[in-house]
Amino acid sequence: MIKAQVLVAGRGKAGGIKPASTAEEASEVARSLLSATIKGERVAKVLVEQKLVSKYERYVSIVVDRSSKCFTLLCSPEGGVDIEQVAASNPEKIIRHKIDPLIGLQEYESRFIAKKLGYSGKRINQLSSIIIKLYQIMVDYDAELIESNPLIETENGDLIAADLRILVDDNSLFRHQKFLERMKTFEPDMTPLEVKAREKDLAYVELDGEVGIIGNGAGLVMATLDMILDYKGRPANFCDVGGGASEERIGSALEIVLANPKVKVLLINIMGGITRCDDVARAILDIQKKMGISKPMVIRLVGTNEEEGQKILAKANIPSLNSMEEAAAKAVELVSKVK
Amino acid sequence: MAILIGRETKAIVQNITGTQGTFHSQLMLQYGTKIVAGVTPGRGGTEVNGVPVFDAVEEATSQFEANASIIFVPAPFARDAALEAISAGLNPVVIITEGIPVKDEIQIMEVARLKGTTVIGPNTPGIITPSECKLGIMPGHIFTPGKIGLVSRSGTLTYEIAASLTATGLGQSTCLGIGGDPVVGLSFVDVLEMFRKDPKTEAIAMIGEIGGNAEEKVAEYIKNTKYPKPVAAYVAGRAAPPGKRMGHAGAIIMGKSGTAESKIEALRDAGVRVALKPGEIAKLLKHD
Repeated sequence: MIKAQVLVAGRGKAGGIKPASTAEEASEVARSLLSATIKGERVAKVLVEQKLVSKYERYVSIVVDRSSKCFTLLCSPEGGVDIEQVAASNPEKIIRHKIDPLIGLQEYESRFIAKKLGYSGKRINQLSSIIIKLYQIMVDYDAELIESNPLIETENGDLIAADLRILVDDNSLFRHQKFLERMKTFEPDMTPLEVKAREKDLAYVELDGEVGIIGNGAGLVMATLDMILDYKGRPANFCDVGGGASEERIGSALEIVLANPKVKVLLINIMGGITRCDDVARAILDIQKKMGISKPMVIRLVGTNEEEGQKILAKANIPSLNSMEEAAAKAVELVSKVK
Repeated sequence: MAILIGRETKAIVQNITGTQGTFHSQLMLQYGTKIVAGVTPGRGGTEVNGVPVFDAVEEATSQFEANASIIFVPAPFARDAALEAISAGLNPVVIITEGIPVKDEIQIMEVARLKGTTVIGPNTPGIITPSECKLGIMPGHIFTPGKIGLVSRSGTLTYEIAASLTATGLGQSTCLGIGGDPVVGLSFVDVLEMFRKDPKTEAIAMIGEIGGNAEEKVAEYIKNTKYPKPVAAYVAGRAAPPGKRMGHAGAIIMGKSGTAESKIEALRDAGVRVALKPGEIAKLLKHD
């Protein structure tokens, strides 16, 4: 089997895994895969493996269990399929086991799970050892998900994790210098602007619409996007400059949001708590001068020192509004005028 | 006291010597919060904003009576700081820090559970009982004492809604952010249960967002308990695409789970009044 090494889920269905029965065929398949793009990612490496004939396909994963505040092991005798579907149609086919956060997964627990999956004899220990290894990887690499789908049982009864997906917790990267290094050259599933935003430590997600959005605080920015939808507009992005946004951060945010050619109108929504509105207003003016922003802007600036902030903007002929609703409505209205 | 903190709260600030710790301890003191000591390993014997600094939490608690902690320690060291606070018996422990690895959070929460400690956060603006005590980074002036309990997964959106409540004449009993991370100390249900028992709280404003199923659990809880106080909710993230983190580590739709639609539907089904705009929460609660 020739497998494209790409950081996307569902590569098999997308044509990233192909069989070959001779050396010539393998080299041909590898060549075609190496010039291919799978789900937007160019294939740089392939893995050549022995073809396995599976008798059964199982599912094993470890996930972050938000409500129980622990890692939970999920196993199902029905692997190789969309596990969400199994969970919806046959929830009894999924075995869940909460892992003690302080002592970790014990071998007796994994043996019992193997038993529940229907194994007996030495297969119990075989599967138990795979599960324990998966847990160890989860802990050692600070994964937030590890998933083997399928874990296969061959005709002669061997157990092999035929596919393995690991998601590493972004917040843990300070402990994993190697991953940080690799991320600099490898960016799956992100637009160039999203990559740039990450370098500037800004939370930015690109969307399809025309209203560029900048705000302070994840919840407030999400609420601003929702409101644009409600007024029949379409947000171009999510961009959170965070609390205590400095002039530099607001500058980076403006630069990134305006670099998206789809943006026709810019909406800035600042709820000044610790952030002072007059600081924000001055930052916007400075940046406007430096960058020569020509696209229409709607600014909603309230909170600490709002009057001074709004005065500063008014002097520069930039209207600022008090309510989020008004600002969102105004931004959507301006989009139709730009068209 | 409304819930969790009040006039009798005596707090320790961990990493009081850092930029955030120094700045916010000053604002908390100005608000009237009793801060008895600060802790920064290696900086013991100094003073910040007139507050004595110690090298270790137990050193501080052996000299001053304290019953709460607020943590501004950077993410790589936050687990250690939280365990130190829990071990010293401080309760509640408020963790402001953003970016703590989920594995560390899981361990903090388990130790807290065994010790019976309430953890608020991480990645939270903190908690405020207006005009009594503020353990957090929220602007104090937008809050006013009253009868609404406010619980949220977001920071500035909390300020947005608190300011509109205050402007509408609706004061607050206690407002707290449970935190924007996937694993946090308090769930919405935990806080609703506290508000249920609190005689000062007459109605609840809840601010949810995409990711996880904490809001769906609230719906279930409200149905099962025939919750006796009116609840109004706002859920952010209807415009969010699946698979993308929207600022908060916990704000992500995985496959089909964690969508705003699912949460709104579940809450409505349980009789919660759901606002489609943050400003509507105050209107929905005004008539009680």
